Amino acid sequence: MSVTYIDAIREAQETLLREDPRVFLYGQDIAAFGGAFKATKGLAELYPDRVLDAPISEDAMAGMAIGAALQGMRPIIEMQFADFSSIAFNQIVNHAATHFYRTGMPVPITVRLPSGGTAGSGPFHSQSMEAIYAHYPGVVVVTPATVADAYSMLIDSVKLDDPVIFCEHKFLYRWLKAKSFQGDGLPIGKARITRTGRHATVVTYSAMVHEAVRAAERLQKESGWEIEVVDLRSVKPLDIDTVLASVARTGRLLALGEAFPWGGVTAEVVSRVVADGFHLLEAPPMRLNSRDTPVPYHPKLWAAHRPTPESICDSLRKLLSY
Amino acid sequence: MTDHDTQNSQRTGAEYVRAMYRAMIQARLLENKLSSLYKAGKIVGGVYLGKGQEAVSAALGSALIQGRDIFAPLIRDQAGRTAFGEPFIDCARAYLGSALGPMRGRDGNIHRGRPRDGMLAMISHLGSAVAVVAGSLLAKRLQGNLLGAVGATCVGDGATSTGAFHEGLNLAAVEKLPLVVIVANNQFAYSTPTTRQFACADLVDRAKGYGVTGHSVDGTDFLACAGVIGHAVEIARAGGGPQLIVARLLRLSGHGEHDDGSYVPDAVKAGVYGRDCIDVAEQQLLEFQIMSAEEIAEIRETATVEVQAAVAQAQQEPVPDPYQEDWCAFSSKLCQPET
Repeated sequence: MSVTYIDAIREAQETLLREDPRVFLYGQDIAAFGGAFKATKGLAELYPDRVLDAPISEDAMAGMAIGAALQGMRPIIEMQFADFSSIAFNQIVNHAATHFYRTGMPVPITVRLPSGGTAGSGPFHSQSMEAIYAHYPGVVVVTPATVADAYSMLIDSVKLDDPVIFCEHKFLYRWLKAKSFQGDGLPIGKARITRTGRHATVVTYSAMVHEAVRAAERLQKESGWEIEVVDLRSVKPLDIDTVLASVARTGRLLALGEAFPWGGVTAEVVSRVVADGFHLLEAPPMRLNSRDTPVPYHPKLWAAHRPTPESICDSLRKLLSY
Repeated sequence: MTDHDTQNSQRTGAEYVRAMYRAMIQARLLENKLSSLYKAGKIVGGVYLGKGQEAVSAALGSALIQGRDIFAPLIRDQAGRTAFGEPFIDCARAYLGSALGPMRGRDGNIHRGRPRDGMLAMISHLGSAVAVVAGSLLAKRLQGNLLGAVGATCVGDGATSTGAFHEGLNLAAVEKLPLVVIVANNQFAYSTPTTRQFACADLVDRAKGYGVTGHSVDGTDFLACAGVIGHAVEIARAGGGPQLIVARLLRLSGHGEHDDGSYVPDAVKAGVYGRDCIDVAEQQLLEFQIMSAEEIAEIRETATVEVQAAVAQAQQEPVPDPYQEDWCAFSSKLCQPET
C-alpha cells in the first residue's frame, strides 16, 4: 500500500475540511469533476457547500478568497495551473500581501499552484512561479518535494495567518510515492538535509530535489564524491542557517532550480551564501536553472530545457574541479 | 462612532435623507479642509476629493448598516465613509500621517479602512474590490449569517474597463450575492473622456449582460439618488441579487488636488451634470420641508467644529518612527534579518 504526492494534497484538504469549518475550496472544475488533476476528487460529495466551482476568473478567485478570509474563513484556491495565477497576480501581491502591513489584519488564504514542467505541457502549463511571489513582502511561498511535506505543509499553510503560495509540482503528482503521509514534522521555514555528504552542497527544492539525489548517487558510484542535498521546503522564509551549515561542511555550493535563470531562488541562495558565508567557500558558488526561454513543448526540447541528473552532474564535476 | 452603532435596519424616508445630507456636508467640509492643508504643504502624497459625488456616495453609505454590511469605498467616497460610520479622525490621521489610528503612517490618504468593522481598505488597482466584497458575502453565506446583509462598492467609469471589474461582477452574479456596485460615471477617468473609455451607449446596458439588475440615476439629484440607490440596496438586502447602479455626474475637482481639471470643457461644466449636488440637496430638503434652514445651518456649524477638532488632534499626534517599526510584513513572525 502506497500513497502519492497528489493523494497527500487531496488527503490534506479532506482533513482540513473535516477539522476546520472555516476551510473551503474554490477553483475551476474542482467540485463534481474533482479538479484537472483530481486533487479534490470526491470532496464535493463530502462537503457540497464548501467545495465550489469557480468561473474562469483567476483575479476574482483570489479577490474572493481575500474577502472571505477577512470574514474569518480559510479559503484554499486551486489555480488550474500555476501559469494562470499571473491573472491573479494583482490580487495576490497588492491586495493580500500588503494587507497585514497596512491594516494590521492578516489575510489567511492559501493559493495552490500546480507548478513545473511535465513532458508535452509547453509554455503555458509548465511554469515555476515561486520566485515572482517570493519577491513580494508578505507572501509565504512553500515548495514541498515529498509526499509527507505535501500533506503537512498544506495543512500548516492553511493554519498560517499569512497568505501562502503553495507550489505543488505536477511532475511529482503520481510518480512520487511513499508508505504514508507521515513525515518528520518540520515546520514551514525549516530546510531539510535530504542526503548527507561532505564534498559539495546542492541547495534545491520541489521536484529538483529528486533530480539532485539522482545526480548525487551517480557521482558517488562514478567517482566516490559525497554530495549533500538540502531541500529548502519553503523558499520564503528561506532557511539560510541550514544552507550555511551545509556549506560550512562541504565548502562548495550548487544552487539548483527548475525556474527561469534571471534572478530567482537560486540567485537569492548564492547571494546570501556569498554575503554571509564567503569565508566558507572553497570554490565559486554555482547556479543551475532552466534555460532562458519559454518552456518548450516537445519532450526532447523540454528535457534539455530543465536541469537533469546529467546536467547537474556536469555542474557538480565543474564545481568539484576547483 | 456614530448613531450607526445602534442601527439594526436600513434607514428609510426622512431619516435616511437627513443622514445622507449630514454626511454630504461633513464630507465636503472635511475635504475642503484637506484641500487647504494640501495647498499649504501640510499633506504629502495626494489629496483626492469627492466633490460633486457626495449625493451618490452618501446615498449608499447611509443605506448600509455597520456591523452587518460590507463597504469598499473608492477615492471619491468620503461622504459614504462618513455615513457608514468612519470617524473623521481616521481620515485626518491617514492624510496627516499620524502614527495612531488604523493605518499608522504605513498607508495614507484614501487607502485606509477598518476591515474588522466591515469597511475595506482600498488598493489603487481599480475594480479589485468588487471580487473582495463578493468574497466577504460568500463567507457570510458559508457562515450562515448572510440573511439581511449586503456588500457594496463604488467604482468610476474608468474601472469598468478593467478585467477585475468584469471578473468580480460576473462572479457575484453567478453566486447571486447581495452585492451593490455603483458606477459613478463622472465622465473623466483622470483626464480620459468616456469616448475613449467605452463604446456602449450606456454603461447600465451592461447589467443585462452580467445578469444583474441595472439602475440609472442622475447623480446630482439628491432625492433621486436616495430613491434609486436606497431602493437598490433594499432589493439586494431582500435577496434580489447583485445590483449595478450607474450614476451620471461630473467630478467638480481635478483627479486630485494636484490636477486643475483643465481638460474638462466649459460646456460640460455648464451642462446638466455641472450643478453641485449639495445645492440641489438643500433646495430639495427645504422645498419638501424635510429640513428647515436652521437645521441645515446647524449641521454645517457642527460639522465645521468636528472637522477642525479632528484635524487639530491628528496634527498634534506623533508621526511614525522608523526605528520603532518592526519592518515585518508577516503576522506569523516569519521575518528574517535582512541581508
